[in-house]
Amino acid sequence: MDKINLDQADSNFRKELASQPGGETISACFTCRTCTASCPITAVNDKFNPLRIIRMALYGLKEEVLTSDFIWLCSSCYACQERCPQGVSITEFMTLLKNLAVKEGNMPTGIRVQRDTIKGEGRIYPIDDFDNKKRAKVALPPIPTSCNVVEKLFPPVRN
Amino acid sequence: MKYAFFLGCTIPARSRNYELSARKVADKLGIELIDVEEFICCGFPMKASDYKSAEIMGAYNLCLAQEKDLDICVLCSSCASQLTEVAHSLSEDGPDREQINDELSRAGLKYGGGVKVRHFARVLLEDIGIEKVKEHFIKDLSDLKTAIHYGCHYLKPSEIYDGFDDVENPKSIETLVALTGARVIDYPGKKRCCGGPVLPVEENVALSVAKEKLDDIVDAGADAMCLVCPFCSVMYDDNQKSIESEFGTDYNLPVLYLTQILGLAMGFDRKELGLNINVVKTKKILSKLGL
Ligand code: SF4
Ligand code: SF4
Repeated sequence: MDKINLDQADSNFRKELASQPGGETISACFTCRTCTASCPITAVNDKFNPLRIIRMALYGLKEEVLTSDFIWLCSSCYACQERCPQGVSITEFMTLLKNLAVKEGNMPTGIRVQRDTIKGEGRIYPIDDFDNKKRAKVALPPIPTSCNVVEKLFPPVRN
Repeated sequence: MKYAFFLGCTIPARSRNYELSARKVADKLGIELIDVEEFICCGFPMKASDYKSAEIMGAYNLCLAQEKDLDICVLCSSCASQLTEVAHSLSEDGPDREQINDELSRAGLKYGGGVKVRHFARVLLEDIGIEKVKEHFIKDLSDLKTAIHYGCHYLKPSEIYDGFDDVENPKSIETLVALTGARVIDYPGKKRCCGGPVLPVEENVALSVAKEKLDDIVDAGADAMCLVCPFCSVMYDDNQKSIESEFGTDYNLPVLYLTQILGLAMGFDRKELGLNINVVKTKKILSKLGL
């Protein structure tokens, strides 16, 4: 793991986070490491460490966190959040970081494809006639193969 | 008992075995599952990239159930968590609901609160009751040793789930499985995540997480795994072969949905429960059970 360079700290980042859902509680962290010890991702890959991410955010390392690959490794499993003795909403915080990273233009291709498919088709796995044939074969009802309401819910300006 | 049946995206496309078996079990128990064609994705897979849009999708689906004056029954744990969370945060009249209703007005909808969202397993426990479920069992499954995988979003975040089960010591699924006579065996790492959400980000990390659980379950001597979420099934059933070849392991562990196990006890046959569609072959457990 590379050394963290504190010179790039952005002192407003902490405040920016505190005002958004998922970011309100992180300053209560007293570094007990329960989150990291509970994390199934840390268990298989030490590149990922939720406490380290919280500390980096509290130090104001905005750029480094929001351009990182590692925030995307959180599986949103809530193991950490359920156990944090300080009531830090760690999972929600990870979601917030991912959302902020997307606003800055950083997201893994797989996540981008998922988002665009859902916003365009209303489903992550759009259904085609072949799927409906397989469904019919086992007497399951057909599923619509197109979805118009997403255009109304997400008019182009939102995208 | 009547519910709006929320299938989500993964089940109709990739888990027909889950859908088939759930419909059979529901039928047997007199649960009426109403299909709502207009339902769209619950929004869960978009939470990481755009949680506002994910919330709008969740609320849109709640509105459709509200129009029919029905509560929602889901099969997927991710759908359960996303829709329950949105229902929870929009339960009170206030600025959050107003803001979402502003967005929904483009589709001519308005959410008024009050739609309840529950997982199928929870409906069985809370609305049907274990005695009634058990009345319909005609086959004894006591030769089957199962390892239960609860997964994450079936139970968490606990603050949205009214404490229906205990996050650190869950019992709801094994209570249902044990009714069939099947043995529920314990294993380390029972509460571990399947790794599914990381699959589109870094496949190897996701598969490593899933591998740990398969190792533990096979070591504990289970004949089959039992789960309640199609996302988890993608990791353990669909990807079991990839995990085996990636890590040089050998599991051959059948991965059954809770509803397939309940359906076997109710006397449905292999095809009726979609057991022939499971990726890891289920024949060896059926012959063990004399079915
Ligand atoms: S469990 Fe909570 S208090 Fe402990 S290190 Fe993690 S966030 Fe901080
Ligand atoms: S929610 Fe994310 S950070 Fe927390 S334990 Fe799960 S994977 Fe780790």
